Amino acid sequence: MAQVSHIADEQGSTSISSSKSITLRIARYNPEHDDSSQFMEFTIPYERWTTVLEAILEVKKHFDHSVAVRYSCRQATCGSCGMIINGKPRLACFTKISELNSNVVTVEPMNNFPIIRDLAVKFERLFDTHHKIKPYLIRDDTELESNEKEFLQSPEEVEQYIQFANCIKCGLCNSACPTMATDSSFVGPQALAQAYRYVADSRDKGKDSRLKIIDESHGIWRCHFAGSCSQVCPKGVDPAMGIQFLRGYLLGFRS
Amino acid sequence: MTQDEHKEGIKGMANPSRYGIERVAYWLMRLSGLGLLAYFVAHIYETSNILRGQVGWDEFLELTQTTEGHLFLAIVIAMCVFHTVNGIRVMLGHGGVGVGKPARPDYPYDPASQNYRHKIGIYSAIVLAAIAMMYGLAVMFGE
Amino acid sequence: MRESTIMKIHYGTALAAVALVAVHILMRLTMGFAESLEYETVLANYKFIPYAVMLELILILLSIHGFNGLRVILLELKQGQAYEKAVSYGCLAAMFGLIAYGSRTIIMTNMGMT
Repeated sequence: MAQVSHIADEQGSTSISSSKSITLRIARYNPEHDDSSQFMEFTIPYERWTTVLEAILEVKKHFDHSVAVRYSCRQATCGSCGMIINGKPRLACFTKISELNSNVVTVEPMNNFPIIRDLAVKFERLFDTHHKIKPYLIRDDTELESNEKEFLQSPEEVEQYIQFANCIKCGLCNSACPTMATDSSFVGPQALAQAYRYVADSRDKGKDSRLKIIDESHGIWRCHFAGSCSQVCPKGVDPAMGIQFLRGYLLGFRS
Repeated sequence: MTQDEHKEGIKGMANPSRYGIERVAYWLMRLSGLGLLAYFVAHIYETSNILRGQVGWDEFLELTQTTEGHLFLAIVIAMCVFHTVNGIRVMLGHGGVGVGKPARPDYPYDPASQNYRHKIGIYSAIVLAAIAMMYGLAVMFGE
Repeated sequence: MRESTIMKIHYGTALAAVALVAVHILMRLTMGFAESLEYETVLANYKFIPYAVMLELILILLSIHGFNGLRVILLELKQGQAYEKAVSYGCLAAMFGLIAYGSRTIIMTNMGMT
């Protein structure tokens, strides 16, 4: 299945023209008729600013439009284009080819997510676990019933959780997590970081119910503070920090 | 590992090469834990030979007090020291100690939890384990 | 039992075991390694009640910590209701088995039944 193509053959319609080029290896797999994934190789010219996503789209445009990839915003906001790039989970739109310092760029679907086709993976489990930890403010009163129109917070109170509110649900943390590599029941760093985001919010009163949800055999205790989740987060969320703080509540170090 | 779930499997869990020293510590912690449990079970069996009287005890001691036995014990010492020191580091981390403070992140987003304190803790665990192993070898082979 | 309670026990047994194992190892080193392993010395250790109690405590603490650690590793390796139940009860049985076997050595030696 390996195939080497040269974009120079179609120079008339190419949008990237440069003297520099890389070999882009794309993992191809269709669960409907393939037993295992195979790599297809393409030679793609690139500029200093060319992203991996742009290179993949170049392949789709000129060589093989059947390459399956999920993307939308192209600016690290939608969290759609997570994939394994040269062995590490990264956002394709946020990774410049020139930063990789390699003549070969290998792209594979994210680990620990079922594959739909090629580079596109299913997000159902991530959204299920995210939903499970109640990612919303829990209060007895509501804004509509309250005399006040807003729940006021000091800048210090906002600082406690705002970092964790940056999560774009791209799934890179779950893909890097060593526990998730073997434990498909583990709630995962994404959901745990979001549990902390709401527990740390001074407007929220749902701490006890959330701690109860994550305090089970495949919950927060299956995190061993390897920190890979934080190392790959493209938005600086630092799930490892949130998880340890969350565990601090369960151990009685925080109240 | 099924292609269905596309889990990385034990190979991915164990591979320490992509995510720095923290992932190496995670792997060593697991290996040393399993090794120490195996040694502990063997040690309980070994010491039960005292019930066979002096002859039984001396017979078993002869089996373990060999060059290979001493080398094995030196590895056990290293595993014990690493597991202890790194375990204390992980326990402190689990309590939220030394993992930084939440703050608005700035690009390039260096995660505060992966800071020098914990890295020093990991390297200290490795160095102390090596020193303890060498001390153990000096004691066992020095006699 | 809630997982947080189990893990508090896991941490507690670890810290207590570190202190006691340190004493156990220091006892070997202060009298000379080879000498400390001689039959008479070991027998005297077992017959000294405070030391025998300490050995029993180490046995219990490390068995709990070790087999819970094994349970955690096995639970993370594979999932499924039957498997997880087998792992949990298997580790519990192994823990009690090891404590019983080790206690037999300590108690019988302490009572001079060698």
